[in-house]
Amino acid sequence: MTDQTTDTIPAATTSASPKAGGGLLGLTKKDFGLFLLVIALTMLAPFLLNPFPENSAMAQFNAGYPDLMQRFVIFGIFAIGFNILFGLTGYLSFGHAAFLGVGSYAGIWAMKLLTLNVIPSILASMLVAGLFATLVGFISLRRSGIYFSILTLAFAMMSFALAYSVLTPITGGETGMQLQYFDPRILDAALEPGQTPRANLFGLDMATSTNLYFGNWVFTLNVGYYIAAFCMLIAFYLSIRIFRSPFGMMLRAVKSNQNRLNYTGISPKPYTLAAFVISGMYAGLAGGLLVAMDTQVGAERMFWTASGEVVLMTILGGAGTLIGPVLGAGFIKYFENIVSKINEATLHTWFAFLPDGLEDVVVAMIYPFVGKGWHLTLGLLFMAVVIFLPGGLVQGGQKLVGLFRRKKADDKTASSHTPAE
Amino acid sequence: MGILEVKNVGKRFGGLQALSDVNLSVAEGTVHAIIGPNGAGKSTLLNCLVGKLIPDTGSVSFEGQSVLGRKPHEINQMGISRVFQTPEIFGDLTVMENMMIPCVAKRDGAFSLKAYGQMMRDTEIVERAEHMLEDMNMADKREMHAASMSRGDKRRLEIGMCLAQEPRLLLLDEPTAGMARADTNNTIDLLKQIKDTRPITIAIIEHDMHVVFSLAERITVLAQGTPLVEDTPDNIKGHPKVREAYLGESSGH
Repeated sequence: MTDQTTDTIPAATTSASPKAGGGLLGLTKKDFGLFLLVIALTMLAPFLLNPFPENSAMAQFNAGYPDLMQRFVIFGIFAIGFNILFGLTGYLSFGHAAFLGVGSYAGIWAMKLLTLNVIPSILASMLVAGLFATLVGFISLRRSGIYFSILTLAFAMMSFALAYSVLTPITGGETGMQLQYFDPRILDAALEPGQTPRANLFGLDMATSTNLYFGNWVFTLNVGYYIAAFCMLIAFYLSIRIFRSPFGMMLRAVKSNQNRLNYTGISPKPYTLAAFVISGMYAGLAGGLLVAMDTQVGAERMFWTASGEVVLMTILGGAGTLIGPVLGAGFIKYFENIVSKINEATLHTWFAFLPDGLEDVVVAMIYPFVGKGWHLTLGLLFMAVVIFLPGGLVQGGQKLVGLFRRKKADDKTASSHTPAE
Repeated sequence: MGILEVKNVGKRFGGLQALSDVNLSVAEGTVHAIIGPNGAGKSTLLNCLVGKLIPDTGSVSFEGQSVLGRKPHEINQMGISRVFQTPEIFGDLTVMENMMIPCVAKRDGAFSLKAYGQMMRDTEIVERAEHMLEDMNMADKREMHAASMSRGDKRRLEIGMCLAQEPRLLLLDEPTAGMARADTNNTIDLLKQIKDTRPITIAIIEHDMHVVFSLAERITVLAQGTPLVEDTPDNIKGHPKVREAYLGESSGH
């Protein structure tokens, strides 16, 4: 409460032009702080995610390898975009994976026809996903609530089915799409037979990695990850700007009361459509980046479970918050890749210190929740979050901070009041 | 000719003739009340004025322009604002944001893709909204969540939001329904103050005779979907047909 007033009053009394938006990249102090934090976390991720020495028992909890880190930021982008639609307007799309998939196909075709450079490919992904989102949004937004969700789900399932069967010539059907040395690529020099086409940024191969060794620790710095992370930072920055803009306020108004909005002379439809297309383009960007990283696409990328996953990410992290979707995406991808790798043998080594009979019992009790059973743990966590923290992980964090602050204030002076949150 | 002209309006829902042959002229700058027993068609008439319903027959024009076939937001942009029976505000937003939205609607129109720029640094809108909040005596509630306010404050905010658009016609649908006496009197005072200080026409649908006779300069009595009489409050009070159709019933309570 106090933060907001201190942010706005000086701006309103000084002659700050709304377009110039002040010094710190046009963000308020608080938002700029958050943005700096996200920059630091993404840039240092290869170190932060590898806290355990190589070959140690805990090394399997290290998430700092390129493939997983790329997924963190790419699905972070996907969730940030989804949050612009769901978090702000409240329209729950159950078909956003379709835009991710369409973006991926557009991206790979740009790499097949034009060049292996990732920039035209990513632009093509965003453009085609945006166009497709305009079509789907225009039709689906005729309804709201559950009917809107069903319409988007129907579109996504149609897209999946088409990509899987009828459209095989352009999607590769069941086998998906890969790059080939004989693809036309009119902007690049032809490749030799047998040569593997590799995505690059002006000659810089996406797969290039540098390993840094500090004692027993190994940190991998990967070109692809940093390019994807850079895209995520731009996506995150734009999302902050949208949240704080007049447009963002109108989107929140759509969620709050469409009736009042209509009788305030504002038409909700173009606002929801714009939000839908923007989030579709975010999904397209994520799809394009996936192609830039692994140069292949399969139709399963558009399956409804993929659409459901981004819903989970957003809600788990905190729908309508800035950082929540990124946290949710990281959380789910971590589970998918790390917890799923814990097998029975690993558990036995962990609990080897227990007496034999007890060890077996403990392992048998834990085993259903890890390895192939990681979905069970995730499901339970998701339920716990939705029931106890409807605001997601962000709300959990805020509660912790609030608790900590209250304690601190109590320690200092009994009489001092803590500011109301 | 009045600012709002309703001519021969009829509306049928299945077997029910909700409105038939309604003629109404609201003179500019007056407070015009529409009263009538339950089921008289007051709300149906109001919905026909704001574009929520389209009448089967007849015409509705505002400042000489027909409103028929226009959507609610288009009619609003023509200069008609509506206050609902249950306050319709943006409950999830702060009071300040609630007040900023009509200011943005007034300046930028039905849609604007201003996805850049800080809303809270938009000096023009912030100043207008702050000014409006002061007018409504709500400056101290600026950062409150609108949903957490009392019913009376929500009503006050809603009226303020409508006024922020500087409408030429303000439609009120039973603005004091379900309010305690004190809140009702506050609302009457607020509306009187608005009437005295702003160049605005007010059309009010109301059940509470106390409210009607404290505010209205002209009263139309609606019964069974058709206007019975239209006259000044003093004449309405003594009108035998009205006593029979409406006041007779209510005085029995």
